[in-house]
Amino acid sequence: MEEEKTFFELEKPLIKLREEIRKLETDPKNKEKINKLKKELKNKWKEIESKLTPLHIIQIARHPQRPYTLDYIDNLIEDFMELHGDRRFGDDPAIVAGLGFYHGQTVAVIGHQKGRTTKEKLFRNFGMPHPEGYRKALRIMKLANKFGFPILTFIDTPGAYPGIGAEERGQAEAIAYNLREMSRLEVPIINIIIGEGGSGGALAIGIGDRILMLQYSFYSVISPEGCAAILWKSQEAVSLAAKSLRLTSKDLYELKVIDEIIPEPVGGAHADYEKTFKNVDKYIRKNLEELKKMSPQDRLKYRYHKFRRMGVYIERK
Amino acid sequence: MEKSLWIRCNNCGKILYKQDIIDNLYVCPACNFHYRLTAIQRLNYLFDKNSWKIIDEEIQPTDPLNFKDSKPYKQRIEESRNKTSLSEAVINVMGTIDGIPVIMSIMDFSFIGGSMGSVVGERITRAIERAGKEKKPLIILSCSGGARMQEGVLSLMQLAKTSAALSRLDELKVPYISVLCDPTTGGVTASFAMLGDINIAEPYALIGFAGPRVIEQTIKEKLPKNFQRAEFLLQHGLLDDVVPRKNLREYLIRALRLLLNQPK
Repeated sequence: MEEEKTFFELEKPLIKLREEIRKLETDPKNKEKINKLKKELKNKWKEIESKLTPLHIIQIARHPQRPYTLDYIDNLIEDFMELHGDRRFGDDPAIVAGLGFYHGQTVAVIGHQKGRTTKEKLFRNFGMPHPEGYRKALRIMKLANKFGFPILTFIDTPGAYPGIGAEERGQAEAIAYNLREMSRLEVPIINIIIGEGGSGGALAIGIGDRILMLQYSFYSVISPEGCAAILWKSQEAVSLAAKSLRLTSKDLYELKVIDEIIPEPVGGAHADYEKTFKNVDKYIRKNLEELKKMSPQDRLKYRYHKFRRMGVYIERK
Repeated sequence: MEKSLWIRCNNCGKILYKQDIIDNLYVCPACNFHYRLTAIQRLNYLFDKNSWKIIDEEIQPTDPLNFKDSKPYKQRIEESRNKTSLSEAVINVMGTIDGIPVIMSIMDFSFIGGSMGSVVGERITRAIERAGKEKKPLIILSCSGGARMQEGVLSLMQLAKTSAALSRLDELKVPYISVLCDPTTGGVTASFAMLGDINIAEPYALIGFAGPRVIEQTIKEKLPKNFQRAEFLLQHGLLDDVVPRKNLREYLIRALRLLLNQPK
Protein backbone atom coordinates (compact mmCIF):
# COMPACT_ATOMS: atom_id res chain seq x y z
CA MET A 1 0.00 0.00 0.00
CA GLU A 2 1.30 3.47 -0.96
CA GLU A 3 0.04 4.78 2.35
CA GLU A 4 2.63 2.74 4.23
CA LYS A 5 5.55 4.65 2.70
CA THR A 6 6.55 7.85 4.44
CA PHE A 7 7.27 11.02 2.53
CA PHE A 8 10.94 10.56 3.40
CA GLU A 9 10.96 7.31 1.47
CA LEU A 10 9.01 8.83 -1.38
CA GLU A 11 11.41 11.73 -1.77
CA LYS A 12 14.58 9.61 -1.91
CA PRO A 13 14.74 9.55 -5.73
CA LEU A 14 14.18 13.31 -5.74
CA ILE A 15 17.09 13.86 -3.39
CA LYS A 16 19.26 11.72 -5.62
CA LEU A 17 18.28 13.68 -8.69
CA ARG A 18 18.86 17.01 -7.00
CA GLU A 19 22.25 15.80 -5.86
CA GLU A 20 23.17 14.82 -9.41
CA ILE A 21 22.04 18.17 -10.76
CA ARG A 22 24.06 20.00 -8.14
CA LYS A 23 27.19 18.08 -9.10
CA LEU A 24 26.70 18.75 -12.80
CA GLU A 25 26.06 22.43 -12.21
CA THR A 26 29.76 23.06 -11.53
CA ASP A 27 30.42 22.70 -15.25
CA PRO A 28 28.51 24.88 -17.79
CA LYS A 29 29.02 22.19 -20.46
CA ASN A 30 26.47 20.00 -18.69
CA LYS A 31 23.55 22.27 -19.45
CA GLU A 32 21.72 19.78 -21.61
CA LYS A 33 22.17 16.97 -19.14
CA ILE A 34 20.96 19.20 -16.35
CA ASN A 35 17.85 20.19 -18.23
CA LYS A 36 17.09 16.57 -18.85
CA LEU A 37 17.48 15.73 -15.19
CA LYS A 38 15.42 18.72 -14.16
CA LYS A 39 12.64 17.52 -16.39
CA GLU A 40 12.91 14.08 -14.88
CA LEU A 41 12.82 15.63 -11.42
CA LYS A 42 9.73 17.58 -12.30
CA ASN A 43 7.96 14.53 -13.67
CA LYS A 44 8.89 12.42 -10.70
CA TRP A 45 7.59 15.12 -8.36
CA LYS A 46 4.34 15.35 -10.30
CA GLU A 47 3.91 11.64 -9.88
CA ILE A 48 4.58 11.79 -6.13
CA GLU A 49 2.52 14.93 -5.68
CA SER A 50 -0.56 13.36 -7.21
CA LYS A 51 -0.48 10.61 -4.60
CA LEU A 52 0.32 12.60 -1.48
CA THR A 53 -1.94 11.67 1.44
CA PRO A 54 -2.77 14.07 4.30
CA LEU A 55 -0.23 12.17 6.41
CA HIS A 56 2.47 12.80 3.79
CA ILE A 57 1.56 16.47 3.79
CA ILE A 58 1.97 16.54 7.56
CA GLN A 59 5.41 15.00 7.12
CA ILE A 60 6.32 17.70 4.60
CA ALA A 61 5.01 20.40 6.93
CA ARG A 62 7.20 19.00 9.70
CA HIS A 63 10.17 18.29 7.45
CA PRO A 64 13.39 19.03 9.36
CA GLN A 65 14.70 21.04 6.40
CA ARG A 66 11.57 23.10 5.88
CA PRO A 67 12.20 26.86 6.00
CA TYR A 68 11.39 28.38 9.39
CA THR A 69 10.35 31.89 10.37
CA LEU A 70 13.92 33.21 10.68
CA ASP A 71 14.70 31.90 7.19
CA TYR A 72 11.85 33.98 5.80
CA ILE A 73 12.95 36.97 7.83
CA ASP A 74 16.53 36.64 6.55
CA ASN A 75 15.32 36.62 2.99
CA LEU A 76 12.30 38.87 2.88
CA ILE A 77 12.98 41.44 5.58
CA GLU A 78 15.77 44.00 5.53
CA ASP A 79 17.45 45.28 8.64
CA PHE A 80 15.43 43.05 10.96
CA MET A 81 15.73 44.04 14.58
CA GLU A 82 14.58 41.39 17.00
CA LEU A 83 12.83 42.67 20.10
CA HIS A 84 12.68 40.53 23.20
CA GLY A 85 10.54 39.89 26.23
CA ASP A 86 6.98 40.34 27.42
CA ARG A 87 7.86 42.88 30.16
CA ARG A 88 6.04 40.61 32.60
CA PHE A 89 7.93 37.40 33.07
CA GLY A 90 10.55 36.64 30.45
CA ASP A 91 11.53 36.13 26.86
CA ASP A 92 10.27 33.12 24.96
CA PRO A 93 12.58 31.92 22.16
CA ALA A 94 9.73 29.84 20.67
CA ILE A 95 8.38 33.10 19.26
CA VAL A 96 10.50 35.60 17.34
CA ALA A 97 9.27 39.18 17.13
CA GLY A 98 10.66 42.42 15.84
CA LEU A 99 10.69 45.20 13.28
CA GLY A 100 12.19 45.33 9.83
CA PHE A 101 11.73 46.72 6.33
CA TYR A 102 9.59 44.90 3.83
CA HIS A 103 10.02 46.47 0.38
CA GLY A 104 10.98 49.73 1.99
CA GLN A 105 8.19 49.80 4.60
CA THR A 106 8.62 49.14 8.31
CA VAL A 107 6.63 46.09 9.35
CA ALA A 108 6.37 44.04 12.51
CA VAL A 109 7.18 40.39 12.03
CA ILE A 110 6.06 37.76 14.51
CA GLY A 111 6.59 34.04 14.09
CA HIS A 112 6.94 30.71 15.80
CA GLN A 113 10.51 29.48 15.62
CA LYS A 114 11.70 25.88 15.62
CA GLY A 115 15.30 24.72 15.92
CA ARG A 116 17.32 22.49 13.63
CA THR A 117 20.03 21.06 15.86
CA THR A 118 19.17 19.31 19.12
CA LYS A 119 20.52 22.26 21.04
CA GLU A 120 18.48 24.75 19.00
CA LYS A 121 15.38 22.61 19.25
CA LEU A 122 15.60 22.62 23.02
CA PHE A 123 16.33 26.36 23.07
CA ARG A 124 13.28 27.01 20.90
CA ASN A 125 11.23 24.45 22.85
CA PHE A 126 10.35 22.80 19.51
CA GLY A 127 8.42 25.91 18.54
CA MET A 128 5.94 25.50 21.39
CA PRO A 129 5.40 28.86 23.09
CA HIS A 130 4.72 29.70 26.72
CA PRO A 131 2.34 32.53 27.69
CA GLU A 132 5.21 35.03 27.69
CA GLY A 133 5.75 34.27 24.00
CA TYR A 134 2.18 35.21 23.15
CA ARG A 135 2.39 38.28 25.37
CA LYS A 136 5.60 39.38 23.68
CA ALA A 137 3.93 38.86 20.30
CA LEU A 138 1.03 41.09 21.27
CA ARG A 139 3.35 43.72 22.74
CA ILE A 140 5.15 44.04 19.42
CA MET A 141 1.88 44.00 17.49
CA LYS A 142 0.60 46.86 19.63
CA LEU A 143 3.83 48.71 18.98
CA ALA A 144 3.22 48.28 15.25
CA ASN A 145 -0.36 49.45 15.68
CA LYS A 146 0.80 52.58 17.47
CA PHE A 147 3.03 53.62 14.58
CA GLY A 148 0.83 52.30 11.79
CA PHE A 149 3.10 49.46 10.65
CA PRO A 150 1.61 46.40 8.95
CA ILE A 151 2.01 43.08 10.75
CA LEU A 152 3.19 39.80 9.23
CA THR A 153 2.87 36.62 11.28
CA PHE A 154 4.50 33.32 10.35
CA ILE A 155 2.76 30.30 11.82
CA ASP A 156 4.65 27.10 12.49
CA THR A 157 4.04 25.34 15.79
CA PRO A 158 2.98 21.92 17.04
CA GLY A 159 0.94 23.88 19.61
CA ALA A 160 1.15 25.97 22.74
CA TYR A 161 3.32 24.21 25.31
CA PRO A 162 1.42 21.98 27.74
CA GLY A 163 3.43 22.36 30.96
CA ILE A 164 3.16 23.38 34.59
CA GLY A 165 4.69 26.84 34.21
CA ALA A 166 2.62 27.54 31.12
CA GLU A 167 -0.58 26.79 33.03
CA GLU A 168 0.54 28.72 36.12
CA ARG A 169 1.15 31.78 34.02
CA GLY A 170 -2.14 31.54 32.15
CA GLN A 171 -1.54 29.92 28.77
CA ALA A 172 -5.25 29.99 27.98
CA GLU A 173 -5.62 33.62 29.04
CA ALA A 174 -2.62 34.67 26.95
CA ILE A 175 -4.10 33.03 23.85
CA ALA A 176 -7.63 34.32 24.45
CA TYR A 177 -6.37 37.86 25.02
CA ASN A 178 -4.39 37.79 21.76
CA LEU A 179 -7.45 36.62 19.84
CA ARG A 180 -9.53 39.47 21.20
CA GLU A 181 -6.88 42.16 20.76
CA MET A 182 -5.68 41.11 17.30
CA SER A 183 -9.25 41.36 16.05
CA ARG A 184 -9.15 45.11 16.68
CA LEU A 185 -5.65 46.23 15.72
CA GLU A 186 -6.09 48.91 13.10
CA VAL A 187 -3.11 48.08 10.90
CA PRO A 188 -3.12 45.47 8.10
CA ILE A 189 -2.34 41.96 9.36
CA ILE A 190 -1.31 39.06 7.14
CA ASN A 191 -0.96 35.56 8.60
CA ILE A 192 1.10 33.00 6.72
CA ILE A 193 0.96 29.34 7.72
CA ILE A 194 4.38 28.03 6.72
CA GLY A 195 4.43 24.63 8.40
CA GLU A 196 2.43 23.31 11.33
CA GLY A 197 -0.73 25.12 12.31
CA GLY A 198 -1.10 23.55 15.74
CA SER A 199 -4.51 24.57 17.11
CA GLY A 200 -4.86 27.42 19.62
CA GLY A 201 -1.11 27.84 19.81
CA ALA A 202 -1.12 28.73 16.11
CA LEU A 203 -4.33 30.76 16.13
CA ALA A 204 -2.94 32.94 18.95
CA ILE A 205 -0.90 34.82 16.32
CA GLY A 206 -3.26 33.90 13.48
CA ILE A 207 -5.94 36.58 13.45
CA GLY A 208 -5.67 38.89 10.48
CA ASP A 209 -7.10 40.36 7.31
CA ARG A 210 -5.62 37.72 5.04
CA ILE A 211 -4.69 34.15 5.89
CA LEU A 212 -2.25 32.63 3.42
CA MET A 213 -1.06 29.07 3.56
CA LEU A 214 1.87 27.30 1.97
CA GLN A 215 0.56 24.42 -0.10
CA TYR A 216 1.98 21.63 2.06
CA SER A 217 1.34 23.13 5.46
CA PHE A 218 -1.50 22.02 7.66
CA TYR A 219 -3.78 23.71 10.14
CA SER A 220 -5.85 21.74 12.60
CA VAL A 221 -7.87 21.84 15.79
CA ILE A 222 -5.75 18.98 17.14
CA SER A 223 -2.74 16.99 15.92
CA PRO A 224 -3.71 13.79 14.10
CA GLU A 225 -1.76 11.90 16.77
CA GLY A 226 -3.79 13.51 19.55
CA CYS A 227 -7.04 12.97 17.68
CA ALA A 228 -6.25 9.30 17.02
CA ALA A 229 -5.46 8.76 20.71
CA ILE A 230 -8.67 10.38 21.92
CA LEU A 231 -11.25 9.32 19.33
CA TRP A 232 -9.86 6.03 18.05
CA LYS A 233 -7.75 5.18 21.10
CA SER A 234 -5.05 3.90 18.79
CA GLN A 235 -1.91 5.29 17.20
CA GLU A 236 -2.64 3.18 14.13
CA ALA A 237 -5.48 5.54 13.34
CA VAL A 238 -3.18 8.55 12.81
CA SER A 239 -3.53 8.35 9.05
CA LEU A 240 -7.30 8.05 9.33
CA ALA A 241 -7.43 10.98 11.74
CA ALA A 242 -5.27 13.05 9.38
CA LYS A 243 -7.74 12.37 6.58
CA SER A 244 -10.84 12.95 8.69
CA LEU A 245 -9.73 16.27 10.16
CA ARG A 246 -9.56 18.00 6.75
CA LEU A 247 -6.40 19.89 7.60
CA THR A 248 -4.60 20.43 4.26
CA SER A 249 -4.44 23.78 2.47
CA LYS A 250 -6.91 22.52 -0.11
CA ASP A 251 -9.37 21.52 2.63
CA LEU A 252 -9.01 24.83 4.40
CA TYR A 253 -9.55 26.72 1.19
CA GLU A 254 -12.71 24.74 0.52
CA LEU A 255 -13.90 25.33 4.09
CA LYS A 256 -13.30 29.07 3.49
CA VAL A 257 -10.92 29.36 6.42
CA ILE A 258 -7.94 30.58 4.40
CA ASP A 259 -7.79 33.12 1.59
CA GLU A 260 -5.03 31.83 -0.65
CA ILE A 261 -2.74 28.86 -1.12
CA ILE A 262 0.89 29.69 -1.86
CA PRO A 263 2.23 27.04 -4.26
CA GLU A 264 5.35 25.12 -3.28
CA PRO A 265 8.22 24.41 -5.68
CA VAL A 266 9.18 21.01 -7.06
CA GLY A 267 9.98 18.73 -4.13
CA GLY A 268 8.32 20.95 -1.51
CA ALA A 269 9.43 24.15 0.23
CA HIS A 270 12.51 22.49 1.73
CA ALA A 271 13.80 21.46 -1.70
CA ASP A 272 14.05 24.96 -3.11
CA TYR A 273 14.31 27.80 -0.60
CA GLU A 274 14.82 30.48 -3.20
CA LYS A 275 11.69 29.63 -5.10
CA THR A 276 9.72 29.34 -1.87
CA PHE A 277 10.79 32.79 -0.68
CA LYS A 278 9.95 34.22 -4.07
CA ASN A 279 6.45 32.73 -4.01
CA VAL A 280 5.79 33.81 -0.44
CA ASP A 281 7.05 37.30 -1.20
CA LYS A 282 4.79 37.59 -4.22
CA TYR A 283 1.69 36.65 -2.24
CA ILE A 284 2.45 38.82 0.76
CA ARG A 285 3.23 41.79 -1.41
CA LYS A 286 0.07 41.53 -3.46
CA ASN A 287 -2.15 41.15 -0.39
CA LEU A 288 -0.44 43.93 1.50
CA GLU A 289 -0.94 46.30 -1.41
CA GLU A 290 -4.64 45.47 -1.47
CA LEU A 291 -5.01 45.91 2.29
CA LYS A 292 -3.19 49.22 2.33
CA LYS A 293 -5.78 50.62 -0.06
CA MET A 294 -8.58 49.98 2.46
CA SER A 295 -9.41 52.37 5.27
CA PRO A 296 -8.74 51.06 8.80
CA GLN A 297 -12.50 51.05 9.49
CA ASP A 298 -13.19 48.96 6.41
CA ARG A 299 -10.38 46.58 7.27
CA LEU A 300 -11.73 46.09 10.79
CA LYS A 301 -15.23 45.49 9.51
CA TYR A 302 -13.94 43.07 6.91
CA ARG A 303 -11.77 41.26 9.48
CA TYR A 304 -14.70 40.90 11.85
CA HIS A 305 -16.94 39.40 9.19
CA LYS A 306 -14.18 37.15 7.96
CA PHE A 307 -14.20 35.26 11.26
CA ARG A 308 -17.85 35.95 12.05
CA ARG A 309 -19.02 33.82 9.13
CA MET A 310 -16.79 30.83 9.92
CA GLY A 311 -18.56 27.65 10.92
CA VAL A 312 -21.23 25.47 9.36
CA TYR A 313 -24.67 25.00 10.91
CA ILE A 314 -28.31 24.79 9.98
CA GLU A 315 -30.64 27.66 10.72
CA ARG A 316 -34.24 26.51 11.16
CA LYS A 317 -36.91 29.06 10.48
CA MET B 1 -26.03 9.68 40.43
CA GLU B 2 -27.87 6.45 41.14
CA LYS B 3 -31.62 6.18 41.26
CA SER B 4 -31.95 5.03 44.90
CA LEU B 5 -32.81 7.20 47.89
CA TRP B 6 -29.34 6.95 49.30
CA ILE B 7 -26.08 7.64 47.54
CA ARG B 8 -22.41 7.58 48.32
CA CYS B 9 -20.53 10.79 47.65
CA ASN B 10 -17.92 10.09 44.97
CA ASN B 11 -15.53 12.44 46.70
CA CYS B 12 -15.73 11.79 50.47
CA GLY B 13 -17.42 8.39 50.40
CA LYS B 14 -20.08 9.33 52.92
CA ILE B 15 -23.52 7.74 52.49
CA LEU B 16 -26.03 10.53 52.11
CA TYR B 17 -29.74 10.98 51.65
CA LYS B 18 -30.06 11.88 48.01
CA GLN B 19 -32.64 14.60 48.53
CA ASP B 20 -30.17 16.41 50.83
CA ILE B 21 -27.70 16.71 47.98
CA ILE B 22 -30.37 17.82 45.54
CA ASP B 23 -31.65 20.45 47.96
CA ASN B 24 -28.08 21.63 48.36
CA LEU B 25 -27.74 22.36 44.59
CA TYR B 26 -25.84 19.10 44.06
CA VAL B 27 -23.12 20.02 46.50
CA CYS B 28 -22.18 17.33 49.04
CA PRO B 29 -23.31 18.60 52.47
CA ALA B 30 -20.48 16.66 54.09
CA CYS B 31 -17.43 17.60 51.99
CA ASN B 32 -18.66 20.51 49.85
CA PHE B 33 -17.83 18.69 46.60
CA HIS B 34 -19.60 20.36 43.67
CA TYR B 35 -21.21 17.86 41.32
CA ARG B 36 -21.72 18.83 37.70
CA LEU B 37 -25.05 20.39 36.87
CA THR B 38 -26.98 20.33 33.64
CA ALA B 39 -27.56 23.64 31.88
CA ILE B 40 -31.25 23.49 32.80
CA GLN B 41 -30.47 22.98 36.50
CA ARG B 42 -28.16 25.99 36.47
CA LEU B 43 -30.74 28.09 34.70
CA ASN B 44 -33.36 27.23 37.30
CA TYR B 45 -31.38 28.32 40.30
CA LEU B 46 -29.87 31.46 38.76
CA PHE B 47 -32.77 33.26 37.07
CA ASP B 48 -35.76 34.90 38.69
CA LYS B 49 -38.72 32.54 38.58
CA ASN B 50 -40.65 32.60 35.29
CA SER B 51 -38.47 35.42 33.98
CA TRP B 52 -36.49 33.51 31.41
CA LYS B 53 -36.76 32.30 27.86
CA ILE B 54 -34.40 30.03 25.91
CA ILE B 55 -33.38 31.62 22.60
CA ASP B 56 -31.30 30.90 19.49
CA GLU B 57 -32.50 27.29 19.35
CA GLU B 58 -32.97 27.63 15.59
CA ILE B 59 -29.20 27.20 15.23
CA GLN B 60 -28.74 23.48 14.77
CA PRO B 61 -25.72 21.26 14.18
CA THR B 62 -24.79 19.50 10.98
CA ASP B 63 -21.82 17.40 9.95
CA PRO B 64 -19.64 19.59 7.71
CA LEU B 65 -16.70 17.17 7.48
CA ASN B 66 -18.71 13.97 7.24
CA PHE B 67 -16.77 12.81 10.26
CA LYS B 68 -16.75 9.28 11.52
CA ASP B 69 -14.57 7.82 14.26
CA SER B 70 -15.82 4.85 16.30
CA LYS B 71 -19.27 6.12 15.35
CA PRO B 72 -20.53 8.73 12.91
CA TYR B 73 -20.63 12.29 14.24
CA LYS B 74 -24.29 12.56 13.29
CA GLN B 75 -25.06 9.58 15.50
CA ARG B 76 -23.11 11.15 18.36
CA ILE B 77 -25.25 14.26 18.10
CA GLU B 78 -28.43 12.20 18.01
CA GLU B 79 -27.40 10.17 21.06
CA SER B 80 -26.48 13.31 22.99
CA ARG B 81 -29.83 14.83 22.14
CA ASN B 82 -31.71 11.83 23.41
CA LYS B 83 -29.60 11.61 26.55
CA THR B 84 -29.73 15.30 27.47
CA SER B 85 -32.90 16.61 25.81
CA LEU B 86 -30.72 19.52 24.65
CA SER B 87 -30.10 20.37 21.00
CA GLU B 88 -26.45 21.34 21.56
CA ALA B 89 -23.81 21.85 24.23
CA VAL B 90 -24.93 25.38 25.08
CA ILE B 91 -28.24 27.12 25.67
CA ASN B 92 -28.79 30.85 25.38
CA VAL B 93 -31.21 32.37 27.83
CA MET B 94 -32.62 35.83 28.31
CA GLY B 95 -34.29 36.78 31.55
CA THR B 96 -33.77 38.63 34.78
CA ILE B 97 -31.64 38.11 37.86
CA ASP B 98 -33.03 40.02 40.84
CA GLY B 99 -34.88 42.11 38.29
CA ILE B 100 -31.77 42.90 36.20
CA PRO B 101 -32.16 41.87 32.55
CA VAL B 102 -29.27 39.68 31.39
CA ILE B 103 -28.24 37.51 28.47
CA MET B 104 -26.78 34.19 29.56
CA SER B 105 -25.11 31.29 27.79
CA ILE B 106 -24.92 28.07 29.78
CA MET B 107 -22.81 25.13 28.63
CA ASP B 108 -23.61 21.51 29.39
CA PHE B 109 -20.83 18.96 29.72
CA SER B 110 -23.12 16.00 29.12
CA PHE B 111 -23.52 17.02 25.46
CA ILE B 112 -20.36 15.65 23.73
CA GLY B 113 -18.20 16.86 26.61
CA GLY B 114 -19.51 20.38 26.28
CA SER B 115 -17.33 20.69 23.22
CA MET B 116 -17.45 23.77 20.99
CA GLY B 117 -18.24 23.29 17.34
CA SER B 118 -19.93 25.64 14.88
CA VAL B 119 -23.24 25.74 16.78
CA VAL B 120 -21.74 26.50 20.18
CA GLY B 121 -19.56 29.19 18.59
CA GLU B 122 -22.50 30.70 16.73
CA ARG B 123 -24.85 30.65 19.71
CA ILE B 124 -22.22 32.19 22.00
CA THR B 125 -21.51 34.84 19.36
CA ARG B 126 -25.22 35.63 19.04
CA ALA B 127 -25.51 35.95 22.81
CA ILE B 128 -22.56 38.37 22.80
CA GLU B 129 -23.99 40.37 19.92
CA ARG B 130 -27.43 40.49 21.50
CA ALA B 131 -25.94 41.66 24.81
CA GLY B 132 -24.23 44.45 22.87
CA LYS B 133 -27.28 45.41 20.89
CA GLU B 134 -29.70 45.37 23.83
CA LYS B 135 -27.12 46.73 26.29
CA LYS B 136 -27.78 43.89 28.68
CA PRO B 137 -24.97 42.36 30.72
CA LEU B 138 -23.65 39.05 29.48
CA ILE B 139 -22.97 36.04 31.68
CA ILE B 140 -21.43 32.85 30.32
CA LEU B 141 -21.21 29.68 32.37
CA SER B 142 -18.53 27.53 30.77
CA CYS B 143 -18.19 23.81 31.13
CA SER B 144 -16.31 22.22 28.27
CA GLY B 145 -13.55 19.87 27.24
CA GLY B 146 -12.59 22.32 24.46
CA ALA B 147 -13.03 22.55 20.73
CA ARG B 148 -15.01 19.78 19.04
CA MET B 149 -12.66 17.57 17.04
CA GLN B 150 -15.42 16.27 14.77
CA GLU B 151 -15.72 19.67 13.11
CA GLY B 152 -11.97 20.06 12.65
CA VAL B 153 -10.56 23.49 11.99
CA LEU B 154 -14.07 24.99 11.90
CA SER B 155 -14.22 24.38 15.65
CA LEU B 156 -10.87 26.10 16.09
CA MET B 157 -12.19 29.14 14.26
CA GLN B 158 -14.97 29.49 16.83
CA LEU B 159 -12.28 30.68 19.27
CA ALA B 160 -11.51 33.53 16.88
CA LYS B 161 -15.15 34.30 16.20
CA THR B 162 -16.28 34.48 19.83
CA SER B 163 -13.21 36.47 20.90
CA ALA B 164 -13.70 38.98 18.08
CA ALA B 165 -17.33 39.40 19.15
CA LEU B 166 -16.14 40.03 22.71
CA SER B 167 -13.80 42.75 21.53
CA ARG B 168 -16.85 44.59 20.14
CA LEU B 169 -18.77 44.05 23.39
CA ASP B 170 -15.75 45.41 25.23
CA GLU B 171 -15.87 48.55 23.10
CA LEU B 172 -19.60 48.93 23.73
CA LYS B 173 -18.79 48.80 27.47
CA VAL B 174 -21.39 46.18 28.24
CA PRO B 175 -20.35 44.07 31.25
CA TYR B 176 -19.44 40.43 30.80
CA ILE B 177 -19.04 38.01 33.69
CA SER B 178 -17.47 34.63 32.97
CA VAL B 179 -18.19 31.73 35.32
CA LEU B 180 -15.92 28.72 34.85
CA CYS B 181 -17.40 25.42 35.99
CA ASP B 182 -15.86 21.97 36.20
CA PRO B 183 -14.23 21.32 33.78
CA THR B 184 -13.27 24.18 31.48
CA THR B 185 -10.29 23.34 29.29
CA GLY B 186 -8.86 23.77 25.81
CA GLY B 187 -10.42 26.08 23.29
CA VAL B 188 -13.15 27.39 25.54
CA THR B 189 -10.66 28.50 28.20
CA ALA B 190 -8.45 29.89 25.44
CA SER B 191 -11.23 32.13 24.17
CA PHE B 192 -14.37 33.55 25.77
CA ALA B 193 -14.10 31.89 29.19
CA MET B 194 -10.96 33.88 30.11
CA LEU B 195 -12.16 37.18 28.66
CA GLY B 196 -14.70 38.31 31.24
CA ASP B 197 -14.57 41.71 32.90
CA ILE B 198 -14.83 39.46 35.93
CA ASN B 199 -13.75 35.82 35.79
CA ILE B 200 -14.90 33.53 38.59
CA ALA B 201 -15.07 29.77 39.09
CA GLU B 202 -16.88 27.14 41.09
CA PRO B 203 -14.84 25.51 43.88
CA TYR B 204 -12.38 22.85 42.76
CA ALA B 205 -13.33 23.26 39.07
CA LEU B 206 -10.65 21.96 36.72
CA ILE B 207 -9.55 24.86 34.53
CA GLY B 208 -6.70 24.92 32.07
CA PHE B 209 -5.46 25.09 28.54
CA ALA B 210 -4.01 21.58 28.25
CA GLY B 211 -5.65 18.69 30.06
CA PRO B 212 -3.71 17.26 33.04
CA ARG B 213 -3.10 13.94 31.26
CA VAL B 214 -1.48 15.64 28.26
CA ILE B 215 0.76 17.66 30.57
CA GLU B 216 1.75 14.59 32.57
CA GLN B 217 2.65 12.75 29.37
CA THR B 218 4.64 15.72 28.06
CA ILE B 219 6.69 16.50 31.14
CA LYS B 220 6.73 12.95 32.51
CA GLU B 221 6.34 14.16 36.06
CA LYS B 222 3.61 13.98 38.66
CA LEU B 223 1.55 17.15 38.77
CA PRO B 224 1.41 19.25 41.94
CA LYS B 225 -1.55 18.85 44.27
CA ASN B 226 -4.62 20.84 43.24
CA PHE B 227 -2.92 21.73 39.94
CA GLN B 228 -5.36 23.45 37.56
CA ARG B 229 -8.08 23.61 40.17
CA ALA B 230 -9.99 26.85 40.70
CA GLU B 231 -8.16 27.59 43.96
CA PHE B 232 -4.81 27.10 42.19
CA LEU B 233 -5.82 29.56 39.48
CA LEU B 234 -6.99 32.06 42.08
CA GLN B 235 -3.62 31.80 43.80
CA HIS B 236 -1.85 32.40 40.48
CA GLY B 237 -3.81 35.52 39.74
CA LEU B 238 -5.94 34.09 36.95
CA LEU B 239 -9.37 34.44 38.60
CA ASP B 240 -11.16 37.19 40.47
CA ASP B 241 -12.65 34.74 42.94
CA VAL B 242 -13.82 31.22 43.65
CA VAL B 243 -17.53 31.28 44.43
CA PRO B 244 -19.42 28.36 46.01
CA ARG B 245 -22.54 27.41 44.12
CA LYS B 246 -24.90 28.40 46.89
CA ASN B 247 -23.50 31.96 46.74
CA LEU B 248 -23.32 32.28 42.96
CA ARG B 249 -26.65 33.99 42.38
CA GLU B 250 -25.95 36.51 45.15
CA TYR B 251 -22.45 37.09 43.80
CA LEU B 252 -23.74 37.75 40.28
CA ILE B 253 -26.34 40.20 41.58
CA ARG B 254 -23.69 42.11 43.57
CA ALA B 255 -21.26 42.14 40.64
CA LEU B 256 -23.95 43.28 38.21
CA ARG B 257 -25.05 46.09 40.52
CA LEU B 258 -21.46 47.28 40.85
CA LEU B 259 -20.65 47.04 37.14
CA LEU B 260 -23.90 48.77 36.19
CA ASN B 261 -23.54 51.37 38.92
CA GLN B 262 -26.97 50.40 40.27
CA PRO B 263 -26.99 50.41 44.08
CA LYS B 264 -29.84 48.53 45.70
